[in-house]
Amino acid sequence: MQISVDNPDSARVFYVKDEHEHAEGGSTMLGFWLYLMSDCLLFAILFATYGVLSANYAAGPAPKDLFDLWTVALNTTMLLLSSITYGFAMLSADEGKQRSTQFWLIVTALFGLAFVGIELREFAHMIHEGATPQRSAFLSSFFALVSTHGLHVSFGIVWIVTMLVQVQLHGLIPANVRRLMCLSLFWHFLDIVWIGVFTFVYLMGMLR
Amino acid sequence: MLAQSSLLKFIFGRFSLDAFPIHEPILVGTFIVVATGGIAVFGAITYFRLWGYLWREWFTSVDHKRIGVMYIVLGVVMLLRGFADALMMRTQQALAFGSSQGFLPAHHYDQIFTAHGVIMIFFVAMPLVTGLMNYVVPLQIGARDVSFPFLNNFSFWMTVGGAVLIMMSLFVGEFARTGWLAYPPLSGIAYSPDVGMDYYIWGLQIAGIGTTLSGVNLIATIVKLRAPGMTMMRMPVFTWTALCTNVLIVASFPVLAATLALLTLDRYVGTNFFTSGLGGDPMMYVNLIWIWGHPEVYILVLPAFGVYSEIAPTFCGKRLFGYTSMVYATVCITILSYLVWLHHFFTMGSGASVNSFFGITTMIISIPTGAKIFNWLFTMYRGRIRFELPMMWLVAFMLTFSIGGMTGVMLAIPPADFVLHNSLFLVAHFHNVIIGGVVFGMFAGINYWFPKAFGFKLDEFWGKVSFWCWVIGFWFAFTPLYIMGFMGVTRRLRHFDDPSLHIWTIIAAFGAVLIFIGIAAFLVQIFVSILRRKELSDLTGDPWNGRTLEWSTSSPPPPYNFAFTPVVHDRDAWADMKEHGYVRPLEGYKPIHMPKNTGTGVILAALSVVCGFALIWYIWWLAAVSFVAVLVVAIGHTFNYHRDYYVPADEIVRTEDARTQLLASGA
Repeated sequence: MQISVDNPDSARVFYVKDEHEHAEGGSTMLGFWLYLMSDCLLFAILFATYGVLSANYAAGPAPKDLFDLWTVALNTTMLLLSSITYGFAMLSADEGKQRSTQFWLIVTALFGLAFVGIELREFAHMIHEGATPQRSAFLSSFFALVSTHGLHVSFGIVWIVTMLVQVQLHGLIPANVRRLMCLSLFWHFLDIVWIGVFTFVYLMGMLR
Repeated sequence: MLAQSSLLKFIFGRFSLDAFPIHEPILVGTFIVVATGGIAVFGAITYFRLWGYLWREWFTSVDHKRIGVMYIVLGVVMLLRGFADALMMRTQQALAFGSSQGFLPAHHYDQIFTAHGVIMIFFVAMPLVTGLMNYVVPLQIGARDVSFPFLNNFSFWMTVGGAVLIMMSLFVGEFARTGWLAYPPLSGIAYSPDVGMDYYIWGLQIAGIGTTLSGVNLIATIVKLRAPGMTMMRMPVFTWTALCTNVLIVASFPVLAATLALLTLDRYVGTNFFTSGLGGDPMMYVNLIWIWGHPEVYILVLPAFGVYSEIAPTFCGKRLFGYTSMVYATVCITILSYLVWLHHFFTMGSGASVNSFFGITTMIISIPTGAKIFNWLFTMYRGRIRFELPMMWLVAFMLTFSIGGMTGVMLAIPPADFVLHNSLFLVAHFHNVIIGGVVFGMFAGINYWFPKAFGFKLDEFWGKVSFWCWVIGFWFAFTPLYIMGFMGVTRRLRHFDDPSLHIWTIIAAFGAVLIFIGIAAFLVQIFVSILRRKELSDLTGDPWNGRTLEWSTSSPPPPYNFAFTPVVHDRDAWADMKEHGYVRPLEGYKPIHMPKNTGTGVILAALSVVCGFALIWYIWWLAAVSFVAVLVVAIGHTFNYHRDYYVPADEIVRTEDARTQLLASGA
């Protein structure tokens, strides 16, 4: 918008005569970033809680007795691959290729499902061994942190399915591309949180 | 027989007819009064056929102005409940000496002081503050609405949902008996097995979602929707404080949500975060809750500071003294508010170095705050002061709040805090800053912006009655608490043995009655003003000779706020426009793009309340059903791509011509 705002010599213009359209959803990306930051704080609290309680085994099992790094490595691979494939979906969306976008979204959702599945299997295994969330403060904080992340991934999968339907219904219209961008931020954000979980919970846990 | 009882248990969870407190006469009496009042209001709305109007024009409205007004109405209604609690406590403490046990059993009294704190902070102060920000900020920055109008409506209804759950606990079951921050292990399942704590948890979680989202919304609005020419350092100070407050909201309410979620897990799943056994750590809860709780008090007081910063220049007829320092002070307070949480529990025993650190950071906050007080004083210096109601509240605030600030610095000294911790001195201190700072600020703001919202001023006589009763009543009510606190009396006592203390609790009760008259006078003030609205009407849209953009449009503003987006050249944009011979444009109107109303927010919040209620009473099937329903409705809402419309140009012509005629008739 070209308005001589700061030129004291010209007569002051006090209102916009020719208002052009505000692009719809102009604040959406900023708003979603802000929401993600609030989510990030939620995880920060869970990490801090884990940091405080992670050595309180209460004579129960410790990380070394429970974690299997190979499973975790496999799980991490699933999530990292899903991030790459989401990237491919966004590239396709940028080029306006609807079919290819949908294909990569489905691949992403499958990787996400694999991640959640492996995580649930790990949980079931731990609970079977008696390492329940009730057993010690360490396990409470472990389950709270890791399953909050898992819940986020599950919601992400629901969101991917929703987007698949909406892209099918309306194509890659600006509103849908914007939503895909938000989902992209969300999905990559979960990846970053997982890297924190992987390092802080699993790797450091094995070092204890 | 067994099968039947387990079926009932499946359907109703732990809910049964015993949940209704029919054996407690006070609650039955309250219920009768509330029910009669409710039926009267309900009947009146039905009789005057207002439901359709309310639904279409208010409940489903995405207009930030209407949502702002609804927030303030919610705050005032809940003030009555919260203050009823306060009166009962003051009466109990004035009666229960020696052999007299007063009129409240301990079980009930403990719920009252918990409810009083929770309601006053979450459902009085927060809605009033959020309501003012919602109403004023978009107008001050020359915007047509907030960034996410639907989200705004949803946030409001979630806040209402939380309030509904808290109010429900009065008549269905009971409320928490833990104090307003519900420290474990007392708030854990072992010591609070009843539904009271669960009402607390779910009420706050539901309201908290609304608060966080409204924080995101207002930050995006302030960052993205400012009128052309309004740089950050040309924003009105109220908008600055709103920005900082919303940053604090987004950066602290998730902490509350996480902390309460962990407590919920402890209570529902049997985890060991805050238990005393199996490695749990109750003090971690206290740390976490205050990492939210301390910023929370600045969330409340910063917008009040913003209100004062608007009022001082307007009623002194000159620019705000030290705009830049005011902005920097606000930002400093925003940052420092995260570095002081531990001063709420110096007695935890974290050691001299930790306590010193937090003591010093706490004292440092008084520097930017002091700078603000001096800025307001210097704004008044050599100003042409008009002692209208908002200005009176400003002066009362400066006198009252400064003393509250000083007692705060006393409490910030760890050795002194070991004596004063959890005493009535502390209670007096935080009421001193919250009433003297936030409540006075809200009354100042309501008196200041009421004519903008409704087109007529508030009655001055009743406003003055309310003002004097509040200010004098405050000092009568809380000076005795300072004195008793110094003598070592702790908070939350239901009964006293020492008869020499009796006089102080009687004086405090007298103060509470004065405040009660102040509240009543405020309601009378609104009622009388509505009756006298013709005499009090303001046709110009600028009754106080204001300085910021909200005064440049009509009162009440049209739904689109500004027919033409204003262009800003200076701080105090409207004062600048008036000075430079601004002429209101009379033609060239174009259609304006506006969001459509929607009922989805109401539906989502109602389902959340059902879900919360089901979780409180362990009705698992209902919780699952309503949670899925929330998801379905929310996702369904995203399938609606047509959420806006254009206000046609001829409608704008009609609205603006009507204003032109009003202006001409006034001149």
